[in-house]
Amino acid sequence: MIHLTDIERKFLVGDETVRALNNVNITVHQGEYVAIMGPSGSGKSTLLNIIGLLDRPNKGVYSLSDLDTTELTDDQQASVRRHKIGFVFQFFHLVPRLTSAENVELPMILAGVDPAERKSRVQAALSSLGLSNRTKHRPDQLSGGQRQRVAIARATIMQPDIILADEPTGNLDRTSGIEVIQILEDLHTKGITLIMVTHDPDLGKRASRRVQLVDGKISRDTGDS
Amino acid sequence: MKSGDVIQFSWKALSGYPTRTLLMILAMAIGVASVILLTALGEGARRFVTDEFTSLGTYLLIVLPGRSETTGGPPPLLGETPRDLTLEDALSLTRSSSIRRMAPITVGSAPVSWKHRDREVSVLGSTAELFEIRHLSMAQGRFIPTGDPSRGLAVCVMGYKLKKELFGNQSALGEWVRIGDRRFRVIGVLAKKGQSLGLDMGDVVVVPVASAQALFNTSALFRILLQANGREAIPKAKKAVLATIRERHEGEDDVTVITQDALLSTFDRILVAMTLSVAGIAAISLSVAGILIMNVMLIAVSQRTTEIGLLKAIGARGSHILALFLAESAILSLIGAGFGVILAFLGNWGLAHAFPRFPITAPIWALVAAVSVALLTGLVFGVLPARRAARLDPVQALSRR
Ligand SMILES: Nc1ncnc2c1ncn2[C@@H]1O[C@H](COP(=O)(O)OP(=O)(O)OP(=O)(O)O)[C@@H](O)[C@H]1O
Ligand SMILES: [Mg+2]
Repeated sequence: MIHLTDIERKFLVGDETVRALNNVNITVHQGEYVAIMGPSGSGKSTLLNIIGLLDRPNKGVYSLSDLDTTELTDDQQASVRRHKIGFVFQFFHLVPRLTSAENVELPMILAGVDPAERKSRVQAALSSLGLSNRTKHRPDQLSGGQRQRVAIARATIMQPDIILADEPTGNLDRTSGIEVIQILEDLHTKGITLIMVTHDPDLGKRASRRVQLVDGKISRDTGDS
Repeated sequence: MKSGDVIQFSWKALSGYPTRTLLMILAMAIGVASVILLTALGEGARRFVTDEFTSLGTYLLIVLPGRSETTGGPPPLLGETPRDLTLEDALSLTRSSSIRRMAPITVGSAPVSWKHRDREVSVLGSTAELFEIRHLSMAQGRFIPTGDPSRGLAVCVMGYKLKKELFGNQSALGEWVRIGDRRFRVIGVLAKKGQSLGLDMGDVVVVPVASAQALFNTSALFRILLQANGREAIPKAKKAVLATIRERHEGEDDVTVITQDALLSTFDRILVAMTLSVAGIAAISLSVAGILIMNVMLIAVSQRTTEIGLLKAIGARGSHILALFLAESAILSLIGAGFGVILAFLGNWGLAHAFPRFPITAPIWALVAAVSVALLTGLVFGVLPARRAARLDPVQALSRR
C-alpha cells in the first residue's frame, strides 16, 4: 500500500546541500507494524513526513494505495491526510486553549462532520482511552501520558488506515510510555498500519519489522520481502 | 469545514487572548464612533444653518440696489453709480402675480428716548407685511397698520429688549417716545425671537417706511424683501423683479436679487463638503485600527505557528487556515464596529443634552458606511496575516517547539 521508489530529499543549508534521504526504497503493506530506527539526523522524521504527505520528495515516486501522491495538489494531499493518515508527535501538539474533547473534535470539524455525530464520537474515543473524566480539561491540566492519549484519540478519530508516530514516548516516563505503546499496538491489532520512529531498542524489538536508517539510507530492513 | 465551525473556532481563539482582543475591539470602536459622531456633528451644523434660514422667512427674495458681479453682463460704463431703489420701485413689484408679499426696508440708526432714558438703536422702516414675511410675533399690542405706505404715521413697534431697557416692567403701549427729532407713539412690542441673520430683532424699533425716510431724509430703500407665491414661483418672481426694475430704471440692470434658495444651497454644499472631509479625517482612525489588527494578527500567526502546522497535519487546507484567520479579523472588526455604534450613540446623547439647541443626529448612511468600512478594513488588513498563516510549511511549523 505504501510504496516508495528512489526517494530523495535534499535541504539547502547555506550553500551546502544536506541529503536527508538518499535513494530510499521501501514498501509497507496494510496492517504492518514498522519501527524506524537510526541515529539522530539519519532522516527518520523526514521519511515519516514524506509518508504522511507533510513534505514532498525532490526525486522519486511515492504511491499510496496505488495513487501517485506527487501528482496530487496540496488540497488533495490535505484531503488524504484528513481521511487516511493519523499523526502522533513527540510534543503532542495539542491546541493549548482547547479542551481534550475540542482537540479530538478538530479533524472532524475540518472534515465537515455533523456536530451531533462529532460529540458522540469524541466521547466514545476518549472513554475507550480511559479519559472520559478528562474531556473538559485543557492540555496544561493533563499529565504527559494523558496528553499523548488525547493526541492518539485525535489521530484515530477519522478512522485512518495509517498511524504515523514520531517518537511518541520521547517525552514520557517509562510507565506512561509503555501505556501509550500498548494503545498504539492495540490499534495495530485492529488492522491499522502503524509506523513508529523510535530511539529505544526495546520498543523497536516489539515491532514486527524494523527499518534502520543511516545517513539518509536504509541500512537494514528486517521485513523486506 | 462548515462556516458555523469556522466562526466558533475563531471566536474561541479570540477569547483565548482576552487582553489583546479587547484592545483591538477598542481601537476599532473608537474609529467607528469618531466617524459616526463627527458626521453627526457636521450634519447637525447643516441642519442648524438650514433652520436658521427657514426662520428668516419662506420663499424669500431680497432685492438690493447695485449689481453684483455674479449677475454677469458688461461692466457699468464710465463708473456710473447705481440708481437708488425707491418706494415707488417697491410698490411696482407687487403687481407681479408670482409675488405674494412685499416689504420695503429702510435702515438707520437714531437715538430713542423716553423721559430721561436714551438709547441709540437701529431704526427699521417698513410696512405691515414685514410681519408675515419675517415670521414675527407680538408680545403686546399690534404691528404697523396696513394702509398707504407713502403716508408716514407717527407710530412705532419696539423690540422686547429695547422696551425693557426704556420702560423696564412698565407698560409701553400708548406712550410717546422720541426717535431722532420726531415723536412716535408705541403701538406694540415684538415677542422674543432670537437672532435672525445678524439683525437682533430684540434691539430695534420698527416705524412705517415713509416715517423712516422722513427721519433720515432719504428716498432710498436699503432693500426690498419679497415673498414669492411658492417654491416654484421663486425664479419667476426673480425674473419679474429684474424686468420691472429694468423698465423703471431706463434699461439698466442695477439691482441684485438674492433668493433664499440660492443662499441655502450654497451653504448646504459647503456644509456637506465639510461633513464629508471631517468624516474622512475620522476614517483615518479606522485605518489605524486596521493596521493595529494586522499587526496583532501577524503576532498571533507567529505565536500560533505550531497550531497552524498541526491543523495542516490533520488535514486542513490552506483555504481553511485562511478562512479561520480572516474570520478572526472580521469578528474583531464587527464587534468593534458594534461597540463603536453604541459609543457613538452615547456620545450623541451626551452632546444633545449639553447643547439642546443644536440638532445632532447621525445620518443612517454614516452608520452603514462606518460599519462596512470597519468590516472592510478588518478583512483587508487581515488578508496579509491570514495568507502568511495559510502558506506556512507544516514540517517547519511543527519542528518549532
Ligand atoms: N528544514 C530543514 N532544513 C535543513 N536541514 C534539514 C531540515 N530538516 C531536516 N534537515 C536535516 O536533514 C537531516 C535529517 O533530519 P531528520 O529530522 O529527518 O533526522 P532524524 O533522524 O529525525 O533525527 P532525530 O532523531 O534527531 O529526530 C538532518 O541532518 C537535518 O539537519
Ligand atoms: Mg526526528
